[in-house]
Amino acid sequence: MTLLSLQNLTVRRGDCPVVDDVTVSIAAGECVGLIGPNGAGKTTLLRGALGLLPHEGQSSLTDMSAADRARHAAWMPQSREIAWPVEVDTLIALGRIPHLPRGAKLTPTDQTAIDAAIARMGLESFRRRTATQLSGGEQARVLIARALAQDTPLLLADEPIAGLDPASQIATMQVFRDLARDGHGVVISLHDLGLAARHCSRLLMMHAGRLIADGPPRDVLTPENIAQVFNITGFWADTDHGPVFQPMEVTR
Amino acid sequence: MRLFLTLLALCAVLFVASLTSGQITAGVSESLAALFARDGLPLSVVMQEIRLPRAILAVMIGASLGMAGAAMQGFLRNPLAEPGLIGVSGSAALGAVLAIQTGLTLVCPLALPLAALTGAVLAVLLILMLAGPRGASITLILAGIAISALAAALTSLVLNLSPNPFAAADIVFWMMGSLADRSFVHVWLALPFMAVGWVLLILSGRGLDALTLGEDAAHAMGINLTRLRLMVVIGTASAVGAATAVAGAIGFVGLVVPHLLRRFVGARPSALLWASALGGAAMVLAADIAVREILPQRDLKLGVLMALVGAPLFLHLIFKTRKEMA
Repeated sequence: MTLLSLQNLTVRRGDCPVVDDVTVSIAAGECVGLIGPNGAGKTTLLRGALGLLPHEGQSSLTDMSAADRARHAAWMPQSREIAWPVEVDTLIALGRIPHLPRGAKLTPTDQTAIDAAIARMGLESFRRRTATQLSGGEQARVLIARALAQDTPLLLADEPIAGLDPASQIATMQVFRDLARDGHGVVISLHDLGLAARHCSRLLMMHAGRLIADGPPRDVLTPENIAQVFNITGFWADTDHGPVFQPMEVTR
Repeated sequence: MRLFLTLLALCAVLFVASLTSGQITAGVSESLAALFARDGLPLSVVMQEIRLPRAILAVMIGASLGMAGAAMQGFLRNPLAEPGLIGVSGSAALGAVLAIQTGLTLVCPLALPLAALTGAVLAVLLILMLAGPRGASITLILAGIAISALAAALTSLVLNLSPNPFAAADIVFWMMGSLADRSFVHVWLALPFMAVGWVLLILSGRGLDALTLGEDAAHAMGINLTRLRLMVVIGTASAVGAATAVAGAIGFVGLVVPHLLRRFVGARPSALLWASALGGAAMVLAADIAVREILPQRDLKLGVLMALVGAPLFLHLIFKTRKEMA
């Protein structure tokens, strides 16, 4: 089942296309990694797809009403804003806003979704802590849990694992993989190509606003592609523990 | 819930205290009985036509300032925001000042609050025009500062050019803010605007909660940010504009009350709205009692007392915040 389809999506800043004519669709069960150097248009692509930026072309998300979209796709922005010193529990419960009629209290269904999100991110011991007093990495995990609590078929996250410690990075990628296995669609942008190669079922590679490559990690992280897009060489090996990719040298 | 009941009880006690405060001294039960008496005795007249509207106005104005302050802070995600930030109180004051200066108030006493309301309405139209239909909160702040500065400059100009020292003195005293000599006419004049403001602000609670995560995340959760901004700006303008129109400029309530109560509601912006409304009502009631009890002969102005109490309170908050950050 297709959860997101973009047709010739173009987002301009002034006259310059930051995202240039991207056509792609994301199905249930996919854990898609969006990769590309800084300024390639990853964030703009995701924000354009959600209708947060004016754009040309079609996005299946912007055809929905705001309320339907909020129940279909959750979004974790790159800027990890927590404006007020609320408890972690309260913060994660904000993810239920799209499901609640105005002024309604949390139902058992909502509480189940919140508890499940907290359990997935391993945040049980943080529930009563003040969110703004956590470390940056802990805040990121809480905000991922907030997006999970929205309990949507599609999850879009902008650099969710940046700034996390290695164990949390791997655990979080595992969470995204599990979500995909449970029938969700997941799109995350990330810079760690090694984690992308190991955990994503599919990679989208962007360069200067265009979609350069789309497919399984092995077919995307080719020497030609990474040389052209990232100006690096890489090392790929298939091991007993799955694929290993390590960026090596700068070519330019 | 416990906070709600505590604040409500506090307001009730202060309301009764406000009713029994003033130059005619009488016992609590005697005063309350006089509220409903139809005997035309001085105490009954004072209770029904002077103290009751005064206490009711204190509640209405305190609730408006407190709630609008909480809404502005929630919307701008800044604990230093206050309702005056969008220039509505300054513009309402300018309207009132013009009414005094032109002598309209001598012809018709209601000209003053009506002119102030007109000033507030014009300010809100101007701010929405300046900030654009979907501008970010920074454009809103800048537009608010511009309008406040312009209103302050024009107010000074009126004072500067005032040929009549009595009018100038009237203006200066009016701007200090007071609830003295208000009647039910003022209550009925302000109530519709304030009620509209309260409804709009309470309805914005859900959007303000979502904004805790930033504008992008709130938008993606289905919150219409353009509508939210309209609700907060118009709600604040009509509640605070009406408050300024009937009582003059009363500062610090909208800034300090949400600050004091934030941690008791777990910092949730929606819960802070009603908590700040009750807290603001309690604060203005208490201050209005204080102006009558401290210097009963000298007509101490409410706005002056509030600033005298509010500034040190705010300093205390700064030191506490500094300690938490260290």
